[in-house]
Amino acid sequence: MEKRATFSSTTIGLLFVLPMLVLMFVFFYWPSGQALYWAFTLEQPWGGGNTWVGLQNFRQLLADPYYWGAIGRSLVFGLGSTTIAMGLALVLALFTDRELRGHKAYRSVFIWPYAIAAPALGLAFRFILAPEAGFLSLINQVWPGLWNPALDGKDAMIAVIVAFSWKYIGYNFIFFLSALQSIPRSLTEAAAMDGSGPLRRMWDIQLPLLTPTLFFLLVINITESFQDSFGIIDIMTQGGPARATELMVYKIYFDGFKGLDYSGAAAQSIILMLLVILLTIVQFRFIERRVHYK
Amino acid sequence: MSSIAIKGVRKAYAKNAVVHGVDLDIASGEFIVILGPSGCGKSTLLRMIAGLEEITGGEIWIDGKLVNKMEPRERGCAMVFQNYALYPHMTVAENIGYALKVAGVPKAERAARVAATAKVVGLEAFLDRRPAALSGGQRQRVAMGRAIVREPKVFLFDEPLSNLDAKLRVAMRAEIRRLHRRLGATSVFVTHDQTEAMTLGDRLIVMNGGRIEQVGTPAEVYNRPATRFVANFVGSPAMNLMEGEIDRHGIFTLDAARRIAIPNAIESRLVGHKVTLGVRAEAARLVAPEAPGALPATVDFVEELGAGRVVHTDLGGVSFAVAISDPVAPGTGEPVGILIDPADVHLFAQDDGRRIDLAAPQAALDPAA
Repeated sequence: MEKRATFSSTTIGLLFVLPMLVLMFVFFYWPSGQALYWAFTLEQPWGGGNTWVGLQNFRQLLADPYYWGAIGRSLVFGLGSTTIAMGLALVLALFTDRELRGHKAYRSVFIWPYAIAAPALGLAFRFILAPEAGFLSLINQVWPGLWNPALDGKDAMIAVIVAFSWKYIGYNFIFFLSALQSIPRSLTEAAAMDGSGPLRRMWDIQLPLLTPTLFFLLVINITESFQDSFGIIDIMTQGGPARATELMVYKIYFDGFKGLDYSGAAAQSIILMLLVILLTIVQFRFIERRVHYK
Repeated sequence: MSSIAIKGVRKAYAKNAVVHGVDLDIASGEFIVILGPSGCGKSTLLRMIAGLEEITGGEIWIDGKLVNKMEPRERGCAMVFQNYALYPHMTVAENIGYALKVAGVPKAERAARVAATAKVVGLEAFLDRRPAALSGGQRQRVAMGRAIVREPKVFLFDEPLSNLDAKLRVAMRAEIRRLHRRLGATSVFVTHDQTEAMTLGDRLIVMNGGRIEQVGTPAEVYNRPATRFVANFVGSPAMNLMEGEIDRHGIFTLDAARRIAIPNAIESRLVGHKVTLGVRAEAARLVAPEAPGALPATVDFVEELGAGRVVHTDLGGVSFAVAISDPVAPGTGEPVGILIDPADVHLFAQDDGRRIDLAAPQAALDPAA
């Protein structure tokens, strides 16, 4: 018994997908189109007409050292959080894979952080990492002033990276663990028979077979670090101190809604969108095809 | 080369015992085949020898060393897996050479040994390929190459031929035999295929339900099965088994019309007891229904085997197979007579299924002896 329904007329089919299409149009294509339009015009902050300026917004942005600073910080943030989130997740997964008792519990426990909204997470970490009352205030008691994300830009960056990584460790862990479990047991057993110890087996057998997952997560993590970081930054540091944690996504918000430079913010969104699209293309075209073994 | 001693080895998962106290001595250079139906604990036993499975109780000695607590790599065994377990991201050469790489053998020597091994298993032309680009038989050879390159003391085979097609299986069987003759390493081969077991093993271990049923040469196991299980499991078609009583004249009685005189049964402890009587299909003869001494039966169906035929009959409610080489087989429903030479009869106790040998010249029961 086939349970698939087929429609003879395209109209009925279209009607069924219409709600989704409307949603996508209203919340994705329309704003994107609007941003694209704004990026090429000069928009008045209180409304009342705009002027077409062509590429001037982009030219201005690319000549702006603050913008380049935001790009650099985004890269530092992206690489830092991706390294921590993937590295720790991989280690956890490798060790969980060896002793699998209660792995179902691990799975649900580790996925929880991912389900927490970024602002809530940011708030939690703001308390945890608060220099005067938090967990790290102990350090400040021994070495006064050593840790203060409100004053020290480096501390602030570390704080947001830690918070963001914490959210993604669980997500990455799930992927790593299921990839590890799809490696046939007999492969690691064969390696054990070949005289390879547990660590050597991880390095020689498990890691190479994880490369597809590794690259997939790499792209996802970097992409998400560009986009999903906003909530954490906004709650924890608001881009400060002295722009030390002003990432690309936060600068869009700040320039647009605080600085009322709609056009500049729109141009920044377009650049960020292009970057994410580029990464996605890399993901689908290049990685999904190359790094597979049968 | 080395010997293996297994002493009272048990294996249990939680409360679930799968191997109950196995004792076994394997001589150096011997080719042992462990035969049994799936779930009989044969693979578990092999994996305990390999060190891939923890030993719940008992001891395993390899080469006079207690290996219970040793890691697989310390035991000096090589293993060929059922699904080959080749490393998919490595070429054939890397697969074969991995053990040497781990052992820290210098690159030049490694390459030489890999090349020599590839020659033995006939893979010289495929050294740069990945396993995905190989056929089933070639993958099997890589797995063999990976095992022999280290020159291990002990070879362990876990149903290595069961994923191959019938023709390739026969060819690989011959190759494994040849390889063993050449390398002379102690080998333990696990299979559920009795043909494989009969053709490969110096000795067979027949296992069932986590216990050893019989240990012996293939001929011994075939000609003198130690239990009813072995009688039924080894041989194709399976040995005919029927239950009946031995009367005071020493005659096995299935029913009034079907009686078989058992040599030396008169005055024996069997008189008045129920037993299981076994006759190989090859040992029985098909004759005319009215022939003297023939047991009356009717033909159920005939299996054509090419070289011969197996006639399945109904012998008073018991199904009984007779193998014949006669090109003309009787048709379904025809009455036939079955002639059984009392010398070809095997008796098994009703309670524990053990073989019963009556005090008599053994030659009468065992044509091979």
